[in-house]
Amino acid sequence: MDLLDNLALGFSEALQWHNVLFCLLGVALGTAVGVLPGIGPTATIALLLPITFGFDDPTSALIMLAGIYYGAQYGGSTTAILLNLPGESSAAVTAIDGHEMARAGRAGVALAVAAIGSFVAGTVATVVLAVAAPVLARAALSFGSAEYFSLVVLGLIASIALASGSMLKALAMIVLGILLGTLGQDMYTGTPRFTFGVRELYQGLNFVALAVGMFGIAEILRNLHDPRTRTRLVSRVTNLWPSRTELRQIAGPVLRATGLGSLLGVLPGGGHVLASYASYAVEKRVSRNPSEFGHGAIEGVAGPESANNAAAQTSFIPLLTLGLPANPVMALMAGAFIIQGITPGPDVMTEQPALVWGLIASMWIGNVLLVLLNLPLIGLWVRMLSVPYSVLFPAIVVFACIGTYSLSQNPYDVLAVAVFGVLGFVLIRSGCEPAPLLLGFVLGPLLEDNLRRALLLSRGDPTVFVTRPISGVLLALAAVALVVTVLPMIRRKRDVVFAEDD
Amino acid sequence: MLRPRSTGDLVAGLIFVGLGAAFAIGALGYDLGSLLEMGPGYVPLVLGLVLAALGVAIVVKAYVAPDPAPGEVSDAAGSGRAVPDAEVPDGGAPDTEVPDAAASDGVASDRVPTDADVPDPRPLAGIQWRPTVAIFAAVGFFALTVDGLGLLPATFGTGLLAAMARPGTRVLRALLIAVGLTLTSWIIFAVLLQLRLALFGDWLGG
Repeated sequence: MDLLDNLALGFSEALQWHNVLFCLLGVALGTAVGVLPGIGPTATIALLLPITFGFDDPTSALIMLAGIYYGAQYGGSTTAILLNLPGESSAAVTAIDGHEMARAGRAGVALAVAAIGSFVAGTVATVVLAVAAPVLARAALSFGSAEYFSLVVLGLIASIALASGSMLKALAMIVLGILLGTLGQDMYTGTPRFTFGVRELYQGLNFVALAVGMFGIAEILRNLHDPRTRTRLVSRVTNLWPSRTELRQIAGPVLRATGLGSLLGVLPGGGHVLASYASYAVEKRVSRNPSEFGHGAIEGVAGPESANNAAAQTSFIPLLTLGLPANPVMALMAGAFIIQGITPGPDVMTEQPALVWGLIASMWIGNVLLVLLNLPLIGLWVRMLSVPYSVLFPAIVVFACIGTYSLSQNPYDVLAVAVFGVLGFVLIRSGCEPAPLLLGFVLGPLLEDNLRRALLLSRGDPTVFVTRPISGVLLALAAVALVVTVLPMIRRKRDVVFAEDD
Repeated sequence: MLRPRSTGDLVAGLIFVGLGAAFAIGALGYDLGSLLEMGPGYVPLVLGLVLAALGVAIVVKAYVAPDPAPGEVSDAAGSGRAVPDAEVPDGGAPDTEVPDAAASDGVASDRVPTDADVPDPRPLAGIQWRPTVAIFAAVGFFALTVDGLGLLPATFGTGLLAAMARPGTRVLRALLIAVGLTLTSWIIFAVLLQLRLALFGDWLGG
């Protein structure tokens, strides 16, 4: 059977000792940085990305990055539970009941439940990924330029429809991202665009510099601006293992959340954030005593944590099969692929099976390592939380600079970090989200390339995008998504879906 | 003069108008081509105009129907408002629960916002010069000096400037942090990771 062969290939690749080591290193580093207050998975990955670029073997680099991702996510949950300090909004849901559990002396159980839920969800989602990816990739191989263009449009529009916040601003951020993506030499004519005669800019803006600036530096500025204290460190973590009753209690939520998360993870823009919120809402609704939610309900930790891990896994599906990153984290992964000289997309599956299946298998191994590593090391992570912020943030600034510079020893990359850090901060302060900009930046060249190629092939006939059936359907879906987002009445309903009321 | 009802919208809108116009004008300098064979200027021109138009719409919205600022505008990472603030248990009065003042530099006194935080409805009024300029200068310093001075001096300067970004940090403390960071970077990047970066640059005769 294909699936088993593929998985066997994957495990034989991922279980090579050096790959296991990189996976372990990634998980440990990801947790260590993710645990730091105020730094979410996206910032963690952006900051640690440069480490993996020196690797000769792309498989090892990507395995390590994936490990960093799970580690960062789990680290974020740890701070959410112990400190009520979610690093990213997906962990904000965990903080609600997780921190209440911690205050009631059940921090250990909350952390263990998060780890167990994530492990179960990760295992199931890995299988989902292994089954779904080849099918989708085969379908994607028949896509032409017109289809790709429409698909990218759909992805970008859907990412606004599913996110929250001002739609106009999100749209503007996407457009700005695409425009920033046009910097550098034009791929058809070789004309340098917006390079101001600077040779170093011919290859375009460095993606990592943009991400480190918009997510890392802007985040530090935000922290420095908000002199607010709402932290109470729960330092004693005892009693890790949940009781039998508690295990029975979480079985349902974990399974439901796994299904929900696997599904939502595939959608553009949704990913793990949407999955956590949706799972929390579902669990609260089906619970026999919903009043416990918000006061330390174990289901309120198990559900969202499982959902976000499942979604984290399945959000690799659009990346591996279509070359479309569904969220900023996947955009970073796509950047990593490209830097390793691999263009993510349907061809990767057939041309580099060892890499793809190795990555998929390593996700499962990563989840095992996460459980093995994090539960015993909880004490160490807790201690990391006591590093004062006045030491922490200069360290992050310095490491961000060195990391970005070491990519290609190009000082302009570091300058870009400074510029986009401040620009990103001002935009964030003005109510714009950085994620759409990053998506636009990554997908922009794909969009322009396919647009120009499709028009060239159709001899300048723009109707090609609607007359080709698949392309037409994709664009129609994009239009529906846009209308649904714009209509105020539906928009209000969307808010209700997000903000589950009491 | 008419005051906007949301400075956030106004600032964001103006930034978009400015950048959109800049891209569009810049694109005019390149070959536009035709629909059949688009030149390098085509896409940037169209998108620059779209961005400027979106910016205008956002500015207009700032005067007419701003986003209900607190709680509505979502935060950096995304759907901050998805969980109503009331639902996030911050233990009644979190600010009064800072444990002992002795831990003045510990986690307890470090203010780190959560995603449930409500952005300042008047963003520019809320932007402070010291952190913003210092962080920009810190990263910019690294960019300008790393080739000339080399890794270690650049790291030292960046660490020093960054440490000073936090209001209330004294020079001596910032110096200590910078020295510590330089040593740590040397150990991590030069000794452990063996990155081939010049520790001291040409300007210093390295």
